[in-house]
Parts: sequence; C-alpha cells; structure tokens
Amino acid sequence: MIASFLAELTKLARRPATWLVVGVWLTLSLLFGYVFPYFSYRGTPSGPNAGANLGERVLSEALPAALVPAAIQGLPLFAGALALLLGVLATGGEYGWDTVKILLTMGPGRLSVLAGKLLALSLVMLLVVCATFIVDGAASLLVASITDKPVHWPPIGALVTGLGAGWLVVGMWCLAGAFLGILVRGTALGVGIGLVWALAVENLLRIFGSIVEVVDVVQRFMPGTNAGALAAALGVPVQGQPGGTPGVTDVVGGTSAALVLAAYLAVFVAASAVLIRRRDIA
Amino acid sequence: MTQLLVQTTNLTKRYGPRAVVDHVGLQVRRGEVYGFLGPNGAGKTTTLRMLLGLVRASSGTARVLGAAPGAPAALARIGMLVESPAFYPYLSGRDNLRVFARYASVPVATVDEVLETVGLADRAKDRASSYSLGMKQRLGVAAALLKDPELLILDEPTNGLDPAGMADMRTLIRRLGTGGRTVLLSSHLLGEVQQVCDRVGVIAEGRLLRQATVGELRGHGSLRVAAEPLHQARAVAERLLGVERVAVHDGALLLDVDDAQAPRVNRELVLAGVAVRSLGRAERSLEEIFFEMTASAQGAA
Repeated sequence: MIASFLAELTKLARRPATWLVVGVWLTLSLLFGYVFPYFSYRGTPSGPNAGANLGERVLSEALPAALVPAAIQGLPLFAGALALLLGVLATGGEYGWDTVKILLTMGPGRLSVLAGKLLALSLVMLLVVCATFIVDGAASLLVASITDKPVHWPPIGALVTGLGAGWLVVGMWCLAGAFLGILVRGTALGVGIGLVWALAVENLLRIFGSIVEVVDVVQRFMPGTNAGALAAALGVPVQGQPGGTPGVTDVVGGTSAALVLAAYLAVFVAASAVLIRRRDIA
Repeated sequence: MTQLLVQTTNLTKRYGPRAVVDHVGLQVRRGEVYGFLGPNGAGKTTTLRMLLGLVRASSGTARVLGAAPGAPAALARIGMLVESPAFYPYLSGRDNLRVFARYASVPVATVDEVLETVGLADRAKDRASSYSLGMKQRLGVAAALLKDPELLILDEPTNGLDPAGMADMRTLIRRLGTGGRTVLLSSHLLGEVQQVCDRVGVIAEGRLLRQATVGELRGHGSLRVAAEPLHQARAVAERLLGVERVAVHDGALLLDVDDAQAPRVNRELVLAGVAVRSLGRAERSLEEIFFEMTASAQGAA
C-alpha cells in the first residue's frame, strides 16, 4: 500500500490537471473571500442586500478574525465540486488511459492499489485545505493592513477545527468523485453526474425542502446539505441571509453533519473497494 | 521448481450465454517462447487477462507460477503487455516507468536498464504522448520488463507496427526469451509465431484446438514426387511403403516418409521404368495447418 501511495502522490503531483484545479480553487477562494468583500467595502454597495453598514460587515468577514469561516465558506460549493473533479480524474483517468490493467498487475493487490490511491487523494485534500488557510490568512492580513483594521487571529483550536471540518467536506467530495470514476470507468460521465448532483440536484432539494416535508427529510441526509451545515456550524452565514453563502444551510447541526459526512466518506471507500475487487478489468 | 509456469484446466469465460473462452487447457513450460495463435476475437486476450487475474474465470482453473491468477506473489514475477501499451500521457517515458517501478517496488535504477534494453534511452525524457506507435509499444515492453520477470506475457506486441518495427520487435522478443525467461506471446500472425516461438497453442472461437511445437504442427512434411506415368508410380510406391503412406495431390505423389528414404524411392521408381521428373520435400505452412484445423473445428461444431 505504501508503494501505491507513493506512486499515486507522484502522479498527482506531476499531473498538470491537479495544479490547474488547485489554482482555480485558491483563486476562487481569494476572489469570493477577500477581493469582492474588499471592493464592496471600498465602493458603494448597491443591490438587493445593500443597506446601512453592509460594507463594514462584509469587510469584517475578510479580516483575520474571520479566517475560519472565510476559508471554508467556499468548500461546500465550488471547492467541493473541484475536489469531486479531482477525485474522478484520479480514478477515471486510469480507465481512460487503460493504465488500470498495469496498476493491478504490477504486484500490489487490488485493495492495496485502491487504498494507496484514496490515501494519496486524502492527503492532497488536506494539503489544499491547509494551502487555502495559508493563502486566505495572508490575504486577510493584507486586507487588515490596507484598511487599518486590528489583526486578531482566531484561536488555534478554532483553526484546527476549521481545517478538520474543511478536510472532511472536500475529502468526502473527492472520494465521492473517486467512487464515480470507478463506477463509470471513465472521467467524463463521472464528472458530469457528480457535478449535476453537487450543484443542481442538491440545490433543488434545498428549494423544495422548504415546501415539501418529505424532501426536507431527505435533504438532511444529502452530502451537500451536510457539507453546508458543517460550514454553517463554523460561522459561515447561511444561504438566504444577507451576505449568505450558496450551499450553506443550518437545517442540520454541526456534529450531526460531521457524522453524516464521515459516514458518506466510509460508504464511498467501501463501495469503491467492492467495485475494484469484484469487477473484471476487461 | 515448477516446470509448467502456466497451466489451465477447462478454463472458461462466459459473457451471458456466449463462451468467449471455452474449456481451454494451456500449458506453458519454463524457458520456452510459447505462441498463442488465433484470429482476432478467438479469445486470446481474454485468456491472457484471466491468467493475470484481471478477468475472473466463469469456470475451470488456472495456475500461474504455482499460484492463483492475480496473486501478488505471482504478479511480482510476471511482466505483461496486454492488448495495447498503456501509460500516462502527461509523463515522460522515463517517469512513466518510474511510477510503475514504484508500484512494483523495484529499484528506480531498473528504469534506465529496461529503457536501454528496448532502445528508448535517447527518447526517455520526452512525453510519452509524443511517441510513435512503435515507441509506445517498446515503452510497454519496457514496463513489462521492470520486474525482470520470469514470465513475460505479451499480447499481440507487433500489432499496428510497420514491417521494420515488427522485425525489431520480433528480434527483441526472441532476445528476451533467452536466458531462462519464459515468454507467452499471443498473435494472429502465423509467420510471427513460426519465427519466434518454440511451441504453439492454436485457439479459435474460444477453444484450444491444438498445442504442439511448431515442427510437430507442421508435421515432418512429405516427399513430393512428380513422375510419369502417375498410376504406375503410385502402384510402385504403394508396394514399397504401404497404401496408407501414399497420396496423390496436384498431379504428384505425396509420400509420408522422411528424407532418408528419398534415394530408395527414387531407385525403385526408376528400376520399375517410371520417369521421375522431380523429387523434394513438400512442407505445409503453418497457415495451411491453421486453416485446416479451424475448418475441421467448425465442421465438427
């Protein structure tokens, strides 16, 4: 498994698509977390949510004290989608290039190859979440210094919880992607299904959840809802509120959301293992 | 030490009601270059995939290097190139091999050795996606050699190559088959198998029709005698050798005797007043034998 893990890390690190996805991820995080809030503060906010002190409030979310919610606010939505994409590329690509037959005949057993791959993906997710915190922290420091605001960092405990929660959210989406890549034995269909689910279906469920009770019950167990709920529990404003973030919801409590996400993670690992173990590589 | 590196008994793979591999009993001996010969769609690739543990058999058994197919202990001693070479297009040839070497837990230094063996060392830095088909094929063989395998499984390694590439590949395979390494090579090209292999298994429509050395398959051939008058020549030959060893084909006698008998046959015919125009060996090509076998298998079905 260590052999597969190291090989997998090499592949991920040398693959241009990985860097592209990570680059887009960090750029979006900076744009929505810092650049837009800063310009909202500097300019005259206008639009449906515009009102007294909105600029100040939006700016406060871009200061070091709000690093945790700022860094994880994008994870349930765009970063989750990007993590899913990375997961599908990592497994589906092996089928697309037919390298899966080489991996499974090089020596390590099938489950060992899979475990190495999923571990490597999980580590990459952790590194990217750390990078998000570092880049966002630097941006918040910059915002504070150019707006002459005081610099108060969140306590270490909050940072660690934020990192852990962020990793759980994107790790879950990434392994969901890895599972989809294995399920459809390719990339295009897996990415398509995954994104339609994460970006469209979950949002529709959220809309109908407020109207139809059954849908409300169902959506509480959906991966996207729980990812959003975990972010909300760490201080990200929920969708629908002024300054709220799409995909963030408080219909589920933080602990319960974390448990559901962990359960999804386990399910995706187990389902991938069953598929890899049982299916022919024809 | 196992003398049979590959042994299958009634190995069968069904997709729905159709058996693509049907009760195949294959034996590959240590140290030989074994040709697995059959037309496209005969079940060669599926059989090889079963031996590698990529595809699970519907019924029957297979032992590869004394273990069940796909067992890590056996896989560690097998190198393979099945169907087409596979690699990561964004990595160079060398980096592809380095990644595979990691999986196989072999020293990275092996990579340069195998690149040298297949003649790719000077292009190893280039992206694999920029390689020609022949180079990709050689990269595939290089990947198969990483583990310095006891058993090398090559599935149609000359597929799609130009004549020069084919010749190079065959020379390479023959070279790889020396020094105690066993090669299991599948091909739909009879000439290739004839050139490269020690023993051949012929497969068609999923069934293994025959397994023998190339020489055995071709038989020892027969003595072709063109003589006049033919009926008289035939009578003399039948008296001399027995009716069952004499046949007439294309206006000449085909005698089932070895070369050493040729002078005697010639003398008897001449003494009997028969004019002998020519006398020589008539060898059947593997191609003829192959079509004969597949035709009779289809006739029997």
